[in-house]
Amino acid sequence: MSRKVSQHIAFITFRLLGSLVVGILFWILGFIIYKGISVISWDFLTTAPTDGMMSGGIFPAIVGTLCLVIGSIIFAFPLGVMSAIYTNEYAGNGWIVKFIRVMTNNLSGIPSIVFGLFGMALFVNTLGFGDSILAASLTLGLLILPLVIRTTEEALKAIPNSFRTGSLALGASKLQTIRKVVLPMAFPNIITGLILSLGRVSGETAPILFTVAAYFLPKLPNSIFDQVMALPYHLYVVATSGTDVGASRPIAYGTALVLIAIVLLINLLATFLRRYFGKKVKTN
Amino acid sequence: MTSSTDYTYKMKHLRRIIERIVESILTVSGAITSIAILLIVVFLFKEGFGLFSSPSVEKGYVLCVNADNTIEHLNPYQIKKIFDSEIENWKELGGADEAIALFRFEEIFNHYSDEELGEEYSLLPEKLGEVIAQNIGIIAFVPEKYAPKDINGVKILPIESITLSDFFGGKEWMPTSTPSPQLGVLPLILGTLLVSIFAIIIALPLGLGVAIYLSELADERTRKILKPAIELLAGIPSVVYGFFGLVVLVPIVQKTFDLAVGETALTGSIILAIMALPTIITVAEDAMRNTPRAMREASLALGATHWQTIYKVVVPYAASGISAAVVLGIGRAIGETMAVLMVTGNAAVMPHSLFEPVRTIPATIAAELGEAPSGGAHYQALFMLGCILFLITLIISITAEVISKRQPNKGL
Repeated sequence: MSRKVSQHIAFITFRLLGSLVVGILFWILGFIIYKGISVISWDFLTTAPTDGMMSGGIFPAIVGTLCLVIGSIIFAFPLGVMSAIYTNEYAGNGWIVKFIRVMTNNLSGIPSIVFGLFGMALFVNTLGFGDSILAASLTLGLLILPLVIRTTEEALKAIPNSFRTGSLALGASKLQTIRKVVLPMAFPNIITGLILSLGRVSGETAPILFTVAAYFLPKLPNSIFDQVMALPYHLYVVATSGTDVGASRPIAYGTALVLIAIVLLINLLATFLRRYFGKKVKTN
Repeated sequence: MTSSTDYTYKMKHLRRIIERIVESILTVSGAITSIAILLIVVFLFKEGFGLFSSPSVEKGYVLCVNADNTIEHLNPYQIKKIFDSEIENWKELGGADEAIALFRFEEIFNHYSDEELGEEYSLLPEKLGEVIAQNIGIIAFVPEKYAPKDINGVKILPIESITLSDFFGGKEWMPTSTPSPQLGVLPLILGTLLVSIFAIIIALPLGLGVAIYLSELADERTRKILKPAIELLAGIPSVVYGFFGLVVLVPIVQKTFDLAVGETALTGSIILAIMALPTIITVAEDAMRNTPRAMREASLALGATHWQTIYKVVVPYAASGISAAVVLGIGRAIGETMAVLMVTGNAAVMPHSLFEPVRTIPATIAAELGEAPSGGAHYQALFMLGCILFLITLIISITAEVISKRQPNKGL
């Protein structure tokens, strides 16, 4: 009987813990949405901050984040996908692949602030890009490179070997097999991985602190060598350095809500695409 | 006829060349991550290790003492104590029983008029020498340009570099203190460890419980809600966690424990615990799901309850995976920057309790790099902190890999 009782107690505890985690998530989301929703307006999204960021909107920060996301993807996506194709399709299982895999794993474990330091030392100072979209995009690209590589590798691994051998047996070359058989099939999962890394880039703060982020710059960038504002850094600045909390808090809530909305949308999009493509591949 | 075979031959040849080119491009991009890591190492360590050849007093300045003073060198900590008047006698430093007289460079203008110091202060070093030679207990902090060189009765302390023990053993982090910046990382390392380890203490039971629930108890429908929720929790940007901590948790902690400020190590630990949860849950759940069905069924067939099976069979079987989860969780917590920066209060002092402000390594880099002049000792020290962080996470990811590869004990 006591065995049953202890099982009962344990299971109830686990159920509670499970709901607690969901509870925490809803608490955070609910709080930000509740506080932020009244701040969001068309003006808030489309105008520049004014009064030393005590009023006005967050348009330059949205544009800045967009620039960084696009910039880092341009850099990381081709490189990551090619690198994954190499390790998965070409390299076999030698020590080079093992070495690359260990390095990729380690790269993904390095804290983002270390990427910031590195980006500042290499791109900003040594290569002389200065605080610029270019420097930050390269830094962020490096940060998501392991994520892109891993998701692409998983997508490639999911394709049964029989497809490859079938194509090769029909006389196709290796490159043709990859281009015409492997990549089209892996495409949905690769895209999902790409979208998830978009989410990661749009929220990162530490790597852009010293590579691009402008404290207050109410205009849009003209070139990739310009500084920009970015949503996560803007939230940090507005939340911590305002002297007039009453005026700056609403802006912080609004910025946080926009940031979370972007991340949520990206996650939803990824889930949706995974399902959509999943069905399509099956029916084929 | 011949031209057509020639053509196909050429095409084949061309195609082979293209394949080769593509393959080599792929090889190069495959090597990029490895190159990136090497670059990171090179740049971090190049900047960081410059620290140990930086002078331990402010650049361009020297310390002078009376020639009869037996002290031959001072470390940064001693210099600071002297200039804070916390050490007032040379005998505390192993010298003669003589009171220390501080002499700051500007004071020379109280002793001599501008005429006496000569044209463009050309006589200044000489006059400085006179002052120093007169007082056996004196210590003067002067620009190198005006240093009383080769003057009788004056000893210029050799400019020393910051040493490993100053850095790793130093208990004070005051990078802007003059004349000698205090670059001791002990408070930062201990602050980081305190916050991260306590975060894991909070997150581990919670995460393990949820992982057990997900892998053993939850039905498909609950899993479909919980899994995306956890993914979402992992996707929220750290600065949003920091903001949430700042406006919600900080006041709660302050009120609950009746503290003067709510920005404490504890607040940081709570936020970090929430942030480490997804990692711990996912890794631990994967490990538990890998328990062979036969083992569970054998346990149930022997009459064990479901719960007994979980804690006597599943959890021990997944032990290595669970340890890997803990290690990865700690890694996540140690490297986290923004959230910690926003809620821990950032006091760079030796941590004494969970209810005081502390400062972690990543938060220090984030807060100070913007103000540290490029190439100075402070800047280099921040890069050295980056090196420490890099090494810690390297060790952690290798440890996690080794642990999770270890074969579970089949003889259970």
